[in-house]
Amino acid sequence: MTFIRPNFRHPENHTNEIGYSIKNYEGALSTLCAGCGHDSISAAIIKSCFELNLEPHKIAKISGIGCSSKTPTYFLGKAHGFNSVHGRMPSVTTGANMANRDLLYIGVSGDGDTASIGMGQFAHVVRRNLNMVYLVMNNGCYGLTKGQDSATADKGSAGKKGVPSVFDSIDLCQLALQLGAGMVARSFSGDKQQLVPLIKAAIKHPGFAFIDVISPCVTFNNTPASTKGYEWVRDHLEATGTIDFIPEKSEITIDYPAGSSRQVQLHDGSELVLQKNANDYDLSSRKAAMNRIESVKEAGNILTGLIYHNENQGDTHASINTTQRPLNALTEADLCPGSAVLEQLNAGLR
Amino acid sequence: MSQTQPLAATNDLVIRFANVNGSGSASANNLFSKAVFRLGVPVSSKNIFPSNIQGLPTWFEVRVNEQGYLGRRGGYDFVVAVNGQTMVRDYQELLPGGYFFYDSSKRLPDTFQRQDITLIGIPLTDICNANYTEPRLRQIFKNIIYVGALAYLFEMDFTVFEDSIKSQFAKKAKLIEPNIQALRLGYDYAAQHHADCCGLNIHRRDLNGDQILMEGNAAAGLGAVYAGATVAGWYPITPSTSVVEAFEKYCQAYRVDAATGTNKFAILQAEDELAAIGIVIGASWNGARAFTATSGPGVSLMSEFLGLAYFSEIPVMLMDIQRTGPSTGMPTRTQQSDLLAAAYASHGDTKHVLLFPANPKECFELTVAGFDLADRLQTPVILMSDLDLGMNVHQCDPIEWDDARRYDRGKVLNQQQLDDLPERWGRYLDVDGDGIPYRTIPGTHPEKGAYFTRGSSHDEYAAYTEDGTVYARGMQRLLVKWDTAKRLVPAAEVSGQNSRIGVVYFGTSQYAAQEALDQLRTQHRLDSMRIKGFPFGQEVAEFMAAHDTVFVIEQNRDAQMKTLLVNELDLDPQVMVPVLNIDGMPITASFLVAEIEQHLESLSIHPKPQEA
Repeated sequence: MTFIRPNFRHPENHTNEIGYSIKNYEGALSTLCAGCGHDSISAAIIKSCFELNLEPHKIAKISGIGCSSKTPTYFLGKAHGFNSVHGRMPSVTTGANMANRDLLYIGVSGDGDTASIGMGQFAHVVRRNLNMVYLVMNNGCYGLTKGQDSATADKGSAGKKGVPSVFDSIDLCQLALQLGAGMVARSFSGDKQQLVPLIKAAIKHPGFAFIDVISPCVTFNNTPASTKGYEWVRDHLEATGTIDFIPEKSEITIDYPAGSSRQVQLHDGSELVLQKNANDYDLSSRKAAMNRIESVKEAGNILTGLIYHNENQGDTHASINTTQRPLNALTEADLCPGSAVLEQLNAGLR
Repeated sequence: MSQTQPLAATNDLVIRFANVNGSGSASANNLFSKAVFRLGVPVSSKNIFPSNIQGLPTWFEVRVNEQGYLGRRGGYDFVVAVNGQTMVRDYQELLPGGYFFYDSSKRLPDTFQRQDITLIGIPLTDICNANYTEPRLRQIFKNIIYVGALAYLFEMDFTVFEDSIKSQFAKKAKLIEPNIQALRLGYDYAAQHHADCCGLNIHRRDLNGDQILMEGNAAAGLGAVYAGATVAGWYPITPSTSVVEAFEKYCQAYRVDAATGTNKFAILQAEDELAAIGIVIGASWNGARAFTATSGPGVSLMSEFLGLAYFSEIPVMLMDIQRTGPSTGMPTRTQQSDLLAAAYASHGDTKHVLLFPANPKECFELTVAGFDLADRLQTPVILMSDLDLGMNVHQCDPIEWDDARRYDRGKVLNQQQLDDLPERWGRYLDVDGDGIPYRTIPGTHPEKGAYFTRGSSHDEYAAYTEDGTVYARGMQRLLVKWDTAKRLVPAAEVSGQNSRIGVVYFGTSQYAAQEALDQLRTQHRLDSMRIKGFPFGQEVAEFMAAHDTVFVIEQNRDAQMKTLLVNELDLDPQVMVPVLNIDGMPITASFLVAEIEQHLESLSIHPKPQEA
């Protein structure tokens, strides 16, 4: 979508606690189609980072290839970005994270990028429990090549060409759950109320956090026969309880009915408050989450919201016992054993 | 039929050990070759092993040569035949006058009727059965017993073996005495039954100075530690696996923070080679030194990512331990057949820097140099080792390190430098004419230096572009960088006799090529050049231009180095004569001499055509 963004900002446009305005979190103008769900997700990322008072340059945004993977250009212009190769965002993010554990890693991928060409890398980055936010902008089709079905297109769902998909779809949330992700969520690009707190929770999650965001492709997959179109998705959402993100210093002012909410203390002192629905399950039970996804699916609906949350899984660095200092900050003095050691080694080789 | 004289030589012989894979023979055979080394006599050993864990035939070739020739010679003077499966072949391939050492617990088949060799039967199984009850010990000590027998037959100083056993089992002292006893059993039996029957001897010399014995892969792994690599992504593949294993071993020894017990390194076994190099690219992009090691099939898989690193200009250190291709090929045999795949890996116009080590010391040095080059040039650098170099123990000069040496991290701007820039920074802007732009590392500066890295076409400021002129400008600038690389890669070693005929070689062909050149130069005037890097420097172009005929020695079918020379230097292919070995075994001097002699004759170049 090409347009000229107005420079005008409301004079009372406020700044966050570190003195940045929302503008500091924006990126270049989007070149996606007007109405693309992906732009809404970019806006939600911008809002989340702004509200969490994150320094933009301490974030690295990494993507694969596809419409979704173009979006990192459109948010966080002060952050380094890396548009890598198709389906390989997870490995590049893994390397980046190994080099510097102090940055926040936002990985952006699409359904083709993750559920097809990048399936192997997706599975293994979950297994490694890399500390990152893994966001799939899921529209059920290949947009840049003009609308072919992707592996998340539901059986029987049809896009612009009107040919129903003949294969079963892959449910990325179920996959992430099975592979052991510490946080699994699903949302809808049109539901900012739900999406922003989920992104915040994912950012604060100290390990692998996965969000599958259904994001309609207005050009190729927004037909009445598509299960990834605005109309169908709006009509078939079934959310787990609402989620609120409460920063460390904030006073909890929302009043929840007794017994209906659960507070989750995060590692930095902030809290997630989950307000349960009547039929909700234990969000820390992988088995219950799996069952719930299946039963909602059987009813013909899509389960959204926070689906699974276990904040005590550690991350890759914990598993391989890496030093707290970022590896990219270590110098010769830290890394090179020197000539004396080499002399000993030589002596041992004679 | 004339009677063939038994071979007689001191410190000049080739021994073949024929064993069964997984029978524990490797450590016994290494004990033998190390004893030769410790006697001060140059030695080289080749482990010729199957793609198998247990049961298939494996051979171990040891060449003892006091002139210092360490390549494969070709032919066997002495065979230790302890594998029934290959006994016929081992018997037949022994040179006339040679010695056939076998387990005489079982009679040799009647078909074994050669009159031109000497049989040395030692009842290894019977000796073991008489001395050991445990089956496992019988197997292990059988190997040690034949080493003891060889010590007698070759008149080797027995104390060297005793000392080796003592240092090998320094931490398991109770194993020392039983091993020495087993050696003694073999030694004594040979002394009683085979006195004065072997004309081949290995006598003490002092020729090895301060040299070391090391595998190329261990040296490359150690080089990565010294070069400051902190991130390794890898996927297991023969013959490269031991590079990362060595890196890990040395990291465990020298890179664990004493205060916290945490690691100053991150090694991740990835799901495949694509992920392995993806990890390297992500880590290098983020400012760490990172590497991966693989072999030909891995290079094929990594090609797309190599193109990304080339075009988006990210340092990559890749070690290709070549094996016999194509496809799965012969996974446990050596070759130099990935040159083209590595030099031009990936679609579109791409070229990559290659380094060609010839011994373990160079595996170390070129690994360290490779990290500097990758950072300096912001591009992939590929160390072109091979199975022979990587997995065999080689004798070479000791590895050295200058404590004053500093890593060259290339053109990286820090926060202060970004603040001080007089004009707008462009990630892909060549400000000083060497074709290399300045880069920034994520997280460096709150306001400046952020950019979007992409494999799609970009302008000097890293913005996406589909403007063909801008794209072409970027591609041409990469050629300027390529020219800079020509000045930075290690120069070829040229040795001249002012001839019009040249011999070119690289990598592990060095051993055989030097031996062949020594022989050929007694009859012919020949210049030689060992290529150590790609792109070719000026000295390579000059050498090629100065010769009418150039033999190019390679261990592949298609003369890949010749193709690179033709392609990059715009040479007339007719000038070059490929000398190619493709059987998966390290190239031999005798093969080279025969091939080159034959060509010289066909060129009507007769011995000593002109005065020097």
